[in-house]
Amino acid sequence: MSTFDYAPALESTAIVSIAERYGLFINGKFVAPKSGKYFPTINPATEKVLAKIASANSADVDLAVAAARAAYVKVWSKMPAAERGKYLFRIARIIQERSREFAVLESLDNGKPIRESRDTDIPLAAAHFFYHAGWADKLQYSGNGASPKPLGVVGQIIPWNFPMLMLAWKVAPALATGNTVVLKPAETTSLTALLFAEVCQQAGLPEGVVNIITGAGGTGALLVNHPGIDKVAFTGSTEVGKLIATSIAGSKKSATLELGGKAANIIYDDAAIDEAVEGIVNGIFFNQGHVCCAGSRLLVQENVHEEVLAKLKVRMGHIRLGNPLDKNTDIGAINSAAQLAKIKELSAAGDSEGAERWSAPCELPSQGFWFPPTIFTGVSQTHRIAREEIFGPVLSLLTFRTPQEAVEKANNTPYGLSAGIWTDKGSKILWTASKLRAGVIWANTFNKFDPASPFGGYKESGWGREGGRHGLSAYLKASN
Amino acid sequence: MIIDSSEGSLKAFLGTLPTVDEVGVQGRAAMLATRSVKTTSKAWAIDMAISMIDLTTLEGADTPGKVRAICAKAVRPDAMDLSVPSVGAVCVYNDMVRTARSALDQIGGSSIPVAAVATAFPSGRASFAVKAQDTLDAINAGAGEIDMVIDRGAFLSGRYSEVFDEIVKIKELCGNKAHLKVILETGELVTLDNVRKASYLAMLAGADFIKTSTGKVVPAATAPVVLVMLEAVRDFYSMTKTRIGVKPAGGIRTTKDAIKQLVLVNEIAGPEWLNPQLFRIGASALLNDLLLQRMKMRDGYYASPSYVTMD
Amino acid sequence: MAGNDSSRIDVQKTYKLFIGGAFPRSESGRTYQLKDSKGNHLANPCLASRKDLRDAVVVARGALAGWSGATAYNRGQILYRMAEILEGRTSQLVTEICALEGVTARAATLQVQESIDLLVWYAGWSDKISALAGSTNPVSGPFYNFSIPEPIGVVAIFAAAKPSLLNFVGAIASVITSGNTAIVIAAEKFPLPAITFAECMATSDLPGGVVNVLTGFSSELVPWVASHMDIDAIDASGLTPKALKEVQIAGVQNLKRIKVHTSVKAEQRILDFMEIKTVWHPIGI
Repeated sequence: MSTFDYAPALESTAIVSIAERYGLFINGKFVAPKSGKYFPTINPATEKVLAKIASANSADVDLAVAAARAAYVKVWSKMPAAERGKYLFRIARIIQERSREFAVLESLDNGKPIRESRDTDIPLAAAHFFYHAGWADKLQYSGNGASPKPLGVVGQIIPWNFPMLMLAWKVAPALATGNTVVLKPAETTSLTALLFAEVCQQAGLPEGVVNIITGAGGTGALLVNHPGIDKVAFTGSTEVGKLIATSIAGSKKSATLELGGKAANIIYDDAAIDEAVEGIVNGIFFNQGHVCCAGSRLLVQENVHEEVLAKLKVRMGHIRLGNPLDKNTDIGAINSAAQLAKIKELSAAGDSEGAERWSAPCELPSQGFWFPPTIFTGVSQTHRIAREEIFGPVLSLLTFRTPQEAVEKANNTPYGLSAGIWTDKGSKILWTASKLRAGVIWANTFNKFDPASPFGGYKESGWGREGGRHGLSAYLKASN
Repeated sequence: MIIDSSEGSLKAFLGTLPTVDEVGVQGRAAMLATRSVKTTSKAWAIDMAISMIDLTTLEGADTPGKVRAICAKAVRPDAMDLSVPSVGAVCVYNDMVRTARSALDQIGGSSIPVAAVATAFPSGRASFAVKAQDTLDAINAGAGEIDMVIDRGAFLSGRYSEVFDEIVKIKELCGNKAHLKVILETGELVTLDNVRKASYLAMLAGADFIKTSTGKVVPAATAPVVLVMLEAVRDFYSMTKTRIGVKPAGGIRTTKDAIKQLVLVNEIAGPEWLNPQLFRIGASALLNDLLLQRMKMRDGYYASPSYVTMD
Repeated sequence: MAGNDSSRIDVQKTYKLFIGGAFPRSESGRTYQLKDSKGNHLANPCLASRKDLRDAVVVARGALAGWSGATAYNRGQILYRMAEILEGRTSQLVTEICALEGVTARAATLQVQESIDLLVWYAGWSDKISALAGSTNPVSGPFYNFSIPEPIGVVAIFAAAKPSLLNFVGAIASVITSGNTAIVIAAEKFPLPAITFAECMATSDLPGGVVNVLTGFSSELVPWVASHMDIDAIDASGLTPKALKEVQIAGVQNLKRIKVHTSVKAEQRILDFMEIKTVWHPIGI
């Protein structure tokens, strides 16, 4: 060996045991679906089937909602808040204890690099439970009046990009505020949610407080439309979010929606360029770009765009694509064939609309779903790749001349989830941040998350916030 | 020429350098620290790290005996295993250069250079005449590499041309007899912005290597500091087509530390820097840890310090 | 208006729309007949059209940068100024409220006074709501992280009916104190206090376009308001459940924030039309 090619460093899968098939988690037990139907979940890096997952039908949804209602009425709403909090602390601890197991399972089912599931997804998931546990007996200080009340039974639908983390974002605040939950994970990534069901059992969480039903979009629609739920919490595409908003119109159900984005990442000419390049890479290539708040529109001040692009290409050349379980992998597998097809379709639109494509030179494995880290230059605001959410490792580079132009272009989208600002000038950060119509602004950093920090978007990026004091309002009836 | 040596042009040039965001660099360094180097790549990295070591003794208590002992170790780090490469250099104070040179020559180490710390190491607080004589003494005694310190006081008070001029003059004294390593003593420069500026100052003034630290100040070769210096040599190369070397020194004691350094080199400057001509590690205790790890990889079981030599 | 006991002929007021700081008639040329609580003719207010709405949205959007960019102190002073002017218009409003709502002069006077006090209450919130709803968030890492509420943008208000002035004033004040601009559709049967209050706003240093008042049939405007892609949010407090559902469905197109309030005096009303923005920045040297 004459060069420093890192030898394969595979995380062992011995720590996880995956059952041949999984039932639904209803009222504290795994039960066979009334539907009698199962569907396969695959490892997107190999296309091999990992397990069979139950497909919940309306009878199953009825059971889950009834279990959640009974638990709400009989147990959870009557429990002293401090005791409720202690269950969340227990759950946080068990997730920490079993974190490697969760991480490996997540990487197997989702395709994300083990470095990210191990260092980001799972620790943050545990942190979310720990953070919200402490809120349970302090809700009177949450800005929702002197005696805020839970809503009741919450239907929660989560996406496939951060399966366990999104579960934590949903379940932790719902339980802390005294609600009970019926949660549906995405059909391609159910396994960590089902492992979480085991955590609930280990924690001795009262039966029915958390129910997990698996299935595709149809199961989600049954949950949303179920008359027995009081609230819908959804993270996913803007398209589905709008369907949900439409179907609950005129009902008493409230909703929080955490939807798509097309974030601008603005690089001013006085930025710390090397760290900005790092932020660009983290902004779009983290989690294969399967991130609603990804910095997918790179807005670079024209007088430095050549330097930034040159450095970016060098940096992209160091990105390691491959086996998600290799500890040195930076980019794993695209989660599904359907998502890969969407990324390819939009990238092809970039080509045909005249943008110039450059992909980092990396070998794609023959099995599984893969897409190389890619940047389009010569992109204008009218291109589809500058407007539509690609949800993959594809970056569009646009230029601007003045701060005003940067802000106008950044805001020129129906979305408003996140944005990035890179400059060494404090006053310019605050000016830009105040002008950007987005819910999360990262200045001189990108893609940072914390349970104490509210997350959520303006405009078509959704309704409401998750995390922090502000996220609690979504699960409480305020008292005035 | 990017600059003339006037204070104005130096200040102007250093002012064009982008700033460094400390938290961003720390984040990047922390990510690279998770690289897992195993099996064949670990074996390769251990031998590469050994060949990059500037095996160092810089004590007031140094004696000819001590210096001869490290020279022996430098040539044959493991007397029982001749497949272990020699180290990159032996690094001593200038009064020990002659001893080191002759010791190396006697035992088949004539290809291993002696590096001498110079210019009133470690503080650099002396007249230039003293610094020049210090350097000349070392070169005349056979030093093939000069590890000079910059005047941190001048740098911190903004007298960049003084720092620059001293490097230029020491470089002239080195001529073609000795390579020049310029020690920035980053622990006293404190900020990463200063590290970047000082790196460029040294490179512009003619340094062959930029070196983090004397080893007498803590913190020394932290990952963020080395990362910023590696970015500097990478970018200086794209400006000038000249590759400058980097030498972290101080605090690198374990195989894990050394491999982290090699990962930084590989992913920041690039694989072109992964050789002893462009990357050195100033260390003493590190060598034995590398040897222990090497034995473990060779034998398949854990080694004991009783089986590596203590010099 | 009813005549005095002298033989002098009153000069009656033409009730027009309030758009961009001016008082235009409906571009459609339409009016509708307004009767008092006893069935007598009272006025011919404008019957606003979808094009009037369109114009109002354009000016409200145009006024947004200036109004949301004004200091909170300045906005508070202007809301307070509106209260000052309203105080001086008490007798006219009492007359209008008595005629439309069929309440006693005493009740109408109390309503006007309550409206004035409500304006003062919301005026005071302008420079305090951020401190109440904002936060610094202790994230795990070397980052400074803060959240602040920001105005949501252009808000359409379907004002609730009786007590008509109080509901109208409260809805407007709660929406604009934070920096939003508004298009208000006055309750169909109670346009007169709305337009009289618009006259107060017009003389209160309130920049033109910050508040725009349309009178007419809300049923006619509902689909256009709900589907308008440049309206960010709707205060639907004045809508029937059926109309509310219609608004919710059409409002999905750009995911409008649609809120219904029962209490006229609540800080939650302000916050319902604000967005939380969270900013991260590294802490380092």
